[in-house]
Amino acid sequence: MILVFVETAAGVVEETSLETIRFARDLAAEGGGVPISALMVGEAGDVARKQLGEHGVATLYAAVGPDLASYAAAAWASVIVAVRAQAKSVVVTAAGTPRGNELLAHVAARLDVPMAANAVSFHGLSPLVVTRQVMGGSVWEEMRLPQRPAIFSVAGHAVEARPAAQVTDPAVVEVRPEIASGDLLARVVSTEPGAPDHSGDLKSARVVVGAGRGAGGPAGFDGVIELADLLGAQLGVSRVVTSLGWRPHHEQVGQTGSRISPELYIPCGISGAIQHWAGCASSKTILAINTDAEAPMVTKADYAIIGDMHEVVPAISAEIKARRGG
Amino acid sequence: MTNVLVCVKRVPESSGQVQLTDDAQSIDGRYVGFTVSDHESCAVELAVQVAAATSGTATALTVGAEEAVEQLRSVLAVGPTAATLVETDPKALGPADVAKEIAAVVEAHRAEGRGHDLVLLGNDAADSGDFQVPVRLAYALGVPVVTGAKTVEVSGDTVIAHGDAPDGGTERFEVPLPAVVSVLEGGVAPPYPTIKGRMAAKKVQVETRQPVSRPVGASRERLTLPPAAPANVRVLGEGPEAAAAAVDVLQELGVAR
Repeated sequence: MILVFVETAAGVVEETSLETIRFARDLAAEGGGVPISALMVGEAGDVARKQLGEHGVATLYAAVGPDLASYAAAAWASVIVAVRAQAKSVVVTAAGTPRGNELLAHVAARLDVPMAANAVSFHGLSPLVVTRQVMGGSVWEEMRLPQRPAIFSVAGHAVEARPAAQVTDPAVVEVRPEIASGDLLARVVSTEPGAPDHSGDLKSARVVVGAGRGAGGPAGFDGVIELADLLGAQLGVSRVVTSLGWRPHHEQVGQTGSRISPELYIPCGISGAIQHWAGCASSKTILAINTDAEAPMVTKADYAIIGDMHEVVPAISAEIKARRGG
Repeated sequence: MTNVLVCVKRVPESSGQVQLTDDAQSIDGRYVGFTVSDHESCAVELAVQVAAATSGTATALTVGAEEAVEQLRSVLAVGPTAATLVETDPKALGPADVAKEIAAVVEAHRAEGRGHDLVLLGNDAADSGDFQVPVRLAYALGVPVVTGAKTVEVSGDTVIAHGDAPDGGTERFEVPLPAVVSVLEGGVAPPYPTIKGRMAAKKVQVETRQPVSRPVGASRERLTLPPAAPANVRVLGEGPEAAAAAVDVLQELGVAR
C-alpha cells in the first residue's frame, strides 16, 4: 500500500499532488501493482474524487472535523500517521511543496524513520533508493530508504502528471480523528490576502517574463512589465533584484524564491546563476535576452537575442502591438 | 526577556560551479568558499531583533567541523553575543542526528541556567535540503514548531510568526513559548557586519561541545551531477532588429496573438 497525501485548493487536487500520484503509481507498478490510497483534509467532493479516479487511486481517505479547519502541521501529521496505520501503508509520500515537506517531516519524526525530501526518481525496491534534489537542484543525492514506512516527497515537475491507464472509482473513507490539544498549539490563526503585485501566481503561470541585474535599477522594469501585460504573463525577478530592493521578494524566481514551470520563460538581463536556474529549470521553452552571448542563461536557453533588454524588450512589445493593430 | 538560539550551517557557496569530492559523498567547497544560507542569515537578523525587543539574548549555534567557527564569527559580527560549536564531522550526520545534537545543547544550556525560549533555524539547509531538522528538533524538545516564517516577533509568552499561505496570502501563527521556528528568506533584510561588530565578534569565546549521540547518518549512497542539457540555443539575432523573429517564435508557441 502506498499512501499519498494530496493537497487541494477549493476542492480541486493540486497539480503537484497529481504528479506525486503518478510517481507513486510508477513505484506501485514496480512493486507488483500495490494499490494507491490518497488522503486529503476536507470533504471529498465530486471534483477531487473524479480527478483521483482518473489517476488510479483505489481509496480516498477524507479527514474532517472542527480541529482540522485551519492548518496545523502536527494535527494534520497525526491524521497521516493514523491513516497510514489503518491502510497499512509501507510508503507515505506527498508533493515536495512547503506544506508537503513540512507534514512528512512531522510524520517521519513521529515514526522515527528517515525522510527524503524532493525525490525525482527511484531505483530498487529492497532497499528503496530515491534520487533527490540537493543544493537547490544543482546536485542529486541517491538516498537509501530501507525503513518502513519509506517517507519521501516528490519534487515539483520531476514527473508529469498523467491519468492512469485504468480509471477507478475511489472508495471514500471519511475519517474523524481525535486531535491532541498539543498538536494544535502551532496552527494558522488567521490568513491575510497578499498585496497585489506584478508577480500574480508565478508558480502556475503559463508565461513568465523575468528581469535581472540588467534592469539597471528600480525604474528599469517598465519595459518588462509592459511585455508581461501584453502576453498575459507574470513578472519574475532574480535574487540580485530583490537583494538590491528594486522589486519585492515575492517576485523572486530561484532556489530561495518561487520555482516556476511555465510554457515560456523570457529572462531579460539575467545571467543565470545556479541560484536562479534552480527556480526556472522546469520551463518548457526559454527565450533569453542578454548582452552576453556566453551567459549561462543564454547557453541553456532554446532561443536567445543578444542585446540590451532596454532596447530589445520595447521593440518586441512594439512588434506585438503592430501585428495586433494590422 | 526572550533568549534566542539561532542555528546556522556551514555550506558551500551555491553561486559558483558545483564540484563533488572524489568519493562522491560531498560537495567540494574548496574553490567556491563557504557561507551560511540566506534563510539562516534572515533567522540571525530575526534572533537579534527579538533579543533586542525583549531585552533578551541571542546565541548562535552550529553543528559541524572546527572550520565552522568561521561562520559562527560572521554571525557574531551582526549581533549575537555567544556561540556554541558542536564539533563533529558533518558528513557523518543525518538530519535526525543534527536535531538530536541541537536538542542536547538546548537541554545542557537549560541545566546551566542559560536556557533558550525560542530556537530559530533556516527553513532548509542550502546543501542537503532535508527540510526536517527544525521539525525533528521540536519533537526532541517536546515543543511546538512553525516552519517557513518570514517574520518572527515575541509578545509576552507568545511567538508570532507570519509565513506565505499556499494560495498567495499570509498566514499568522501565535504559538506559546518555548518553541522552534524555521525562517524563510524574504521577510527581513539579512544583516551586514560593521567593523565594530567584527571586532566584538573576535572577543567572544566560542563554546565547544562534543556530540552526545552516535550518528545514524544520512543514508546517502552517493551524490551525482544531474545530466546537463545539451546547449542548442537558436540565436534569433542581435538588438532590437531581432524583435520580429522573437514575435514569430511567440506566435509559434501560441503565447502572442
